[in-house]
Amino acid sequence: MTDRIEQRINSLNKRLNSEKRFRIYCIGAMSFALAWVLILFLNIFSSGYSAFYRTVIQVDVPFLNLIEDTTQFSEMSSEDINNLSMYSFSKKAIYRLFPDIEEKKDKKMLIRLFSIEFEQEIREFLKSNKSNINETETIYLTASDDVDQVNKGNYPRDLDEDKRRIKDIQLLFFDDLVDRGLVSYEFNLPFLMRGDSREPELAGVGGSMVGSLFTILVVLILSFPIGIFAAIYLEEFAPKNRVTDFIEININNLAAVPSIVFGLLGLGIILNTFGLPRSTPLVGGIVLSLMTLPTIIIATRASLRAVPPSIREGALAVGATKMQAVMHHVVPVAMPGALTGTIIGLAQALGETAPLLLIGMVAFVVDVPQTPLDASASLPVQVYLWSESAERGYVEKTSATIMMLLGFLILMNLAAVLIRRKFETKW
Amino acid sequence: MKSIKIKADNLNVHYGEKQALFDVSMYMEKKQVTALIGPSGCGKSTFIRCLNRMNDVIDICKVQGKIEIDGNDIYAPDMQVEQLRERVGMVFQKPNPFPKSIFENVAYGPKIHGIAEHKSDLEEIVVNSLKKAALFDEVKDRLSDSGTSLSGGQQQRLCIARAISVNPDIILMDEPCSALDPIATARIEELMGDLKTEYTIIIVTHSMQQAARVSSRTGFFHLGKLVEVDKTETIFSNPSDQRTQDYITGRFG
Repeated sequence: MTDRIEQRINSLNKRLNSEKRFRIYCIGAMSFALAWVLILFLNIFSSGYSAFYRTVIQVDVPFLNLIEDTTQFSEMSSEDINNLSMYSFSKKAIYRLFPDIEEKKDKKMLIRLFSIEFEQEIREFLKSNKSNINETETIYLTASDDVDQVNKGNYPRDLDEDKRRIKDIQLLFFDDLVDRGLVSYEFNLPFLMRGDSREPELAGVGGSMVGSLFTILVVLILSFPIGIFAAIYLEEFAPKNRVTDFIEININNLAAVPSIVFGLLGLGIILNTFGLPRSTPLVGGIVLSLMTLPTIIIATRASLRAVPPSIREGALAVGATKMQAVMHHVVPVAMPGALTGTIIGLAQALGETAPLLLIGMVAFVVDVPQTPLDASASLPVQVYLWSESAERGYVEKTSATIMMLLGFLILMNLAAVLIRRKFETKW
Repeated sequence: MKSIKIKADNLNVHYGEKQALFDVSMYMEKKQVTALIGPSGCGKSTFIRCLNRMNDVIDICKVQGKIEIDGNDIYAPDMQVEQLRERVGMVFQKPNPFPKSIFENVAYGPKIHGIAEHKSDLEEIVVNSLKKAALFDEVKDRLSDSGTSLSGGQQQRLCIARAISVNPDIILMDEPCSALDPIATARIEELMGDLKTEYTIIIVTHSMQQAARVSSRTGFFHLGKLVEVDKTETIFSNPSDQRTQDYITGRFG
């Protein structure tokens, strides 16, 4: 008798121990995955956050040198201001920072502390403040990428001069400007508003953000209704026979097709046969819709299938047509699931790069697109483009773009969770 | 002789290869309760689902033979199945209210059939249906609550109210009390007694006591065949078939 009890206790201890081990494995696996996510986020954040502010240098611009009376600016139209010749005037305003410099070479070096668009920036300031210009105005001009990186501490100053893009004399100027309190940071609004640029300090994600937005909009408009209707037909109306089995298998296959294949399809058919404009969010959206459709169809079908058949019977039994039973009772219950599937599909599409490369959305686009028919980049493609660039400024911008992309993805997934929570039918 | 409401003639039903009903012929009297009893899988649910053509939903289901309601063949090609179901309401085994408000549950039928012209008409129909289903007093203060928030017995009475709302002649009840406790069951049985003054009721039940309590005629199904149909008292006191005798005395089933 006692033998038997002892045996049981031993076997129970064994089972409890194996349960403990199993739990440790599970926790280990989860921690491992979590650790990698954390490392990824930390890595991207630590190299990307500095792209959200930028270095500006304070310059006093003597507008009186440009015109006899600064009140005259208020009578000029924007076009008049555009026609003003301001290049040497702007340069002279910058030289005034170091009046002692005589040599042309040094002057050139000083100018290079600033972004190449300094003249444009002074002109813009003039345009937006033309009615209220004093004799001398203090303007914050964008520093060049090299200065920006030195200021942020991303640039190793102790390299030999010939291995550095920024020269010793420029560092001297820079340190002097810092001592005089003329160098400061400001929030990098242009980074969020502008399109791509060859100059890292002027490049922004605005263009690719709008491009991504248009693309996702096209995907939503195309794939949501098509996906929902296809799923409703397949789940509720289609006869169960070989043809529908075949369609079902192929939809599942479609979900597994590598995305670059859809890019080839877009290139071959949408661009070359139908002749839609290259590099545009419209075409990108169409291609990504093809990719997103199976995800939406599969998710919607699953949530339709989860609606209890008794609801359909209840509606049919009071004399509803099949369509009424489905649209009034089944679809509303399945909608949260369908929406969640759609948002997850859209999030996938948002992060997709390969098919966009093939349809030309990898182009260098300076302008922020105004419509889905304008050439544009998208966020993931922008990451790809900048990750290949040599200038240091693009390194932080690449990471910052990834941060934006991850931010949007997290927002979309959050929306999916919230929609599910809010609209889920309570039984 | 009471008048005949429903008449089934040589009804055969197949699910694919499998035959579920064999040559069932019976009639049901107007404004009476007819009970269908028999062991599980005997075809009584299949039979009742033929009466409002709910079996149409199942692709592989084939119905042969004839069912007449008031002399009209309900499987005739020109019969509109939606119209048929408006006249032949159904209450299911498991309460299946829509996941919507109590009001909308009852208002749905009248709405889709365009029975109520004004909103006030619709409210009147809903209130009357809930009263007839003996539910109104319990829910009158919370008509906008979800139908699924009610108790099981209340849900089933809500489903009865939903069936009544389109003003049918016939109510089919497919084991309406099998998911309910004895008290809720008693309320539904009491309700059936009230409803039969206006409606012809066919009830499928597993409980022989229930059949004895509520019905005037009873049919006994076994293995897809209608073994015997007669006055309820005759079935339970003096059945003519040995199988019926065995079933009601509890020897099988």
